[in-house]
Amino acid sequence: MILLRALGLMLVFLMASLLPSNAAEADLRAIIAKFATGTGFSAIEAVVRELAATGDPLVERPLAALAEGNLYIRKADSMVFVGNEAGDSVSLLDPLSGEKTGDAAKTDITKIKVNNTLRRVIRDALGTLTLRAKDPSVRIAAADTMFKTPDAANIEPLDAAIAAETDAKVKALFEQARAASVLVSDKPEADKLAAVALIGARGDRDALSLLTAVEANAQGAVKDAATAAIASINSSLALWDAGQNIWYGISLGSVLLLAAIGLAITFGVMGVINMAHGEMVMLGAYTTFVVQQVIRTSFPGLFDWSLVIALPLAFLVAASVGLIIERGVIRFLYGRPLETLLATWGVSLVLQQAVRSIFGPTNQEVGNPSWMSGSFDVGQLAVTWNRLWILVFALTVFGVLLYVMKRTPWGLQMRAVTANRRMAASMGIRTPWVDALTFALGSGIAGIAGVALSQIDNVSPNLGRGYIIDSFMVVVFGGVGNLWGTLVGAFSLGIVNKVLEPYAGAVLGKIVVLVLIILFIQKRPRGLFALKGRAVEA
Amino acid sequence: MITGHFFAAGADRRIAITIFILLAAAIIVPLLNLAVSPTSAFYIPSYIVALTGKYLCYALLALALDLVWGYCGILSLGHGAFFALGGYAMGMYLMRQIGSRGVYGNPILPDFMVFLNYKELPWFWTGFDHFWFAAIMVLAVPGLLAFVFGWFAFRSRVTGVYLSIITQAMTYALLLAFFRNDMGFGGNNGLTDFKDILGFNVQADATRSALFAASAVMLALAVFVTWAIVGSKYGKLLMAVRDAESRTRFLGWRAENVKLFAFTVSAVMAGIAGALYVPQVGIINPGEFEPSNSIEVVIWAAVGGRGTIVGPIVGALLVNAGKSWFTGLLPEFWLFALGGLFVAVTLFLPKGIVGMWDSWRGNAKAMRAAAIAEEAGADPDVPPPPKIVRSAATTPGAWSASGPEPQPAE
Repeated sequence: MILLRALGLMLVFLMASLLPSNAAEADLRAIIAKFATGTGFSAIEAVVRELAATGDPLVERPLAALAEGNLYIRKADSMVFVGNEAGDSVSLLDPLSGEKTGDAAKTDITKIKVNNTLRRVIRDALGTLTLRAKDPSVRIAAADTMFKTPDAANIEPLDAAIAAETDAKVKALFEQARAASVLVSDKPEADKLAAVALIGARGDRDALSLLTAVEANAQGAVKDAATAAIASINSSLALWDAGQNIWYGISLGSVLLLAAIGLAITFGVMGVINMAHGEMVMLGAYTTFVVQQVIRTSFPGLFDWSLVIALPLAFLVAASVGLIIERGVIRFLYGRPLETLLATWGVSLVLQQAVRSIFGPTNQEVGNPSWMSGSFDVGQLAVTWNRLWILVFALTVFGVLLYVMKRTPWGLQMRAVTANRRMAASMGIRTPWVDALTFALGSGIAGIAGVALSQIDNVSPNLGRGYIIDSFMVVVFGGVGNLWGTLVGAFSLGIVNKVLEPYAGAVLGKIVVLVLIILFIQKRPRGLFALKGRAVEA
Repeated sequence: MITGHFFAAGADRRIAITIFILLAAAIIVPLLNLAVSPTSAFYIPSYIVALTGKYLCYALLALALDLVWGYCGILSLGHGAFFALGGYAMGMYLMRQIGSRGVYGNPILPDFMVFLNYKELPWFWTGFDHFWFAAIMVLAVPGLLAFVFGWFAFRSRVTGVYLSIITQAMTYALLLAFFRNDMGFGGNNGLTDFKDILGFNVQADATRSALFAASAVMLALAVFVTWAIVGSKYGKLLMAVRDAESRTRFLGWRAENVKLFAFTVSAVMAGIAGALYVPQVGIINPGEFEPSNSIEVVIWAAVGGRGTIVGPIVGALLVNAGKSWFTGLLPEFWLFALGGLFVAVTLFLPKGIVGMWDSWRGNAKAMRAAAIAEEAGADPDVPPPPKIVRSAATTPGAWSASGPEPQPAE
């Protein structure tokens, strides 16, 4: 008998040690049950304070329900529930877990009544709870909410939280939230001036809207200080805005650079207008899609590597298609650039329809690997990882290509053929091979551009269409046969486009850029960095 | 005087036949549609009239492009823009004719303006309630755009593929502009829901037949005008610019003015084509500015034979008939067919159908002449009298560059 009892006790202790939260929950339930026994607001307030003192995030639900008048006592057994009124009956939820436990008629339950004093106590308690939460992001969110809805009552819990806070970043946010609350309180002017200075230093749009409200309501020195702070925030925001636009422009420029750089090679070296260039980009994007499909079904663990795997494959796919086009069509049309333009347009239609027939006309889902999703902040700038990686990637491709052109024998041959085809041929360079490989290289680069663009654009059969005109603009603007020209052209067009956008709107901005390029070509028909030559014209 | 020249020269027999066929079609097709009972074997259904009327507009557009491409070497990838501008001018007139019969019943403002909360007609819509004003605008707007654009482009000697690309950019910019709702041209939806033209119901069979006849007559007129231009002294200059621009310039001619005239005339022709097209299809929207449309026009001219007058008409009719047939039966394969056509024509049929026909007949004639000469015992070494080719380019490959090897872009 004794043995059994001892065993039972041990079992209970074991359970208790294994499930400590249950024990805490039981304590909480005991406190909550006091709502039913106590009468009068002061008794309820005492219970609220006791609940808040536990510091357990679980008490948020009953407290919030109490503040909204949704906490009920069942008359039959004096149990406390959170209730949802629905017509005549009330559905009862467990105050801690929120699970539904049953329904009750309105006559069977009593609502716990609250007054304004009690509501304030509850809100303070709740605020303190979130301000003391273990997770810093919860504390930051709490500080943010308090900043946006300032209330003099927040000052006290914030003071306490500031004193207890160890994280410097969160502490600064608490101080800003406190300052916001000070401004709506009846504290002395000196405090308010300090608060204005503190908020002005924050310098973002929230601070701006808060100070605008202060400026409208306050008088005297505080109003002046707010006006000054608003002016300084506005000017710094304008700077950040300009920075943001330039960043967007750089990002667009990197996309344009990727799309145009392959074109610059084929156009520059061979004078071939490849209207199917955009379709090479599309092929690269679809290669990425196929690679990701295979990885999803067979090797899910490799998903983060999908782009790295897709890069060489996309290069190979696009380069071999390019080689086939060059050997099959373009070779016969050399010296007839306008016909080449038409023939490659035809090829682009065939490629588009082929992809449409195989994969269907709808957009395909290409996922972002984890290292390319999300964003981070630089001051007031939001920088997304995929845009940043694409910029890095574009510059890398550019660098590699520059190296190939300037430092390898193949590049030397390419440049020789560009400068003087006949002389190069006389020196023993096999110009047809150089042509074929150059075209394959240009197409392959379009393919890897497609891998990058699949991360930020819709992968559909029309993907290439959207880039072809822009790419031509970049090449023509930058000057043909000059990689640096393409770089400068891409980034200047990207930045001009994005800087114009806020004033003129996206579409009008683009039109303005097109018109500017058309005018620019009048002035410098051979682009920004034209190759110098003696020929009158082609 | 020109007509005298036309008949005295016997013209090109081909031109005379083309004009005759077009004029005959302008009379016979409406007759067969309107006067013949629907049960008769000769009856032409209304939808065929509308469809062929549309094709004739396309043919006029292709002819306009051929004037600059085939005869002057300017490959414009933006002719669809002139076509669409002419179409919009006509569409604005048709919109104003709706009057208070629109959905919103506003007597002044077209439906889309009521919808977009316009309070009054934008200034550029004034005058479009008169047909004569709209007709002038159909000519003036594309002509003026082409003049200004060409004046800038040719003066700074933008040639070859550069010109092609910036004409493409031009139509692309217009596409974007017309897609905007606040441009006042109906935005995305364009102009549609037309009721009357010159007081006649657009949907009625008689009006459709009249529009068909107008298109055929206009095309015949354009054939005549193109023939007159190409056959004149100026036409020689045009082809000289096409074949050797620098040399023409060094001889003292202003190549840019020569080109500018052809470009402007061509744009006006394209505008007329668009104006005739819109009442027949009943809608004009920014999609007509799509660069791909303009490139398709190029392939019509190429298939038929650029540098010939009849060629683009034949090409436009054939390709579009093929398109209607394909999209009805095998919609999946139309783009394959069109793409293949681009490649095949440039590779195997550089002179187009009419050009091939000419060179084939030229060879046959030469052989026959040689055979006759041999039979007669004449000296076989004397070459047959040279055939006078007024228009067709001898070797299209020779137009653009020296040899069959890549030329680096400069």
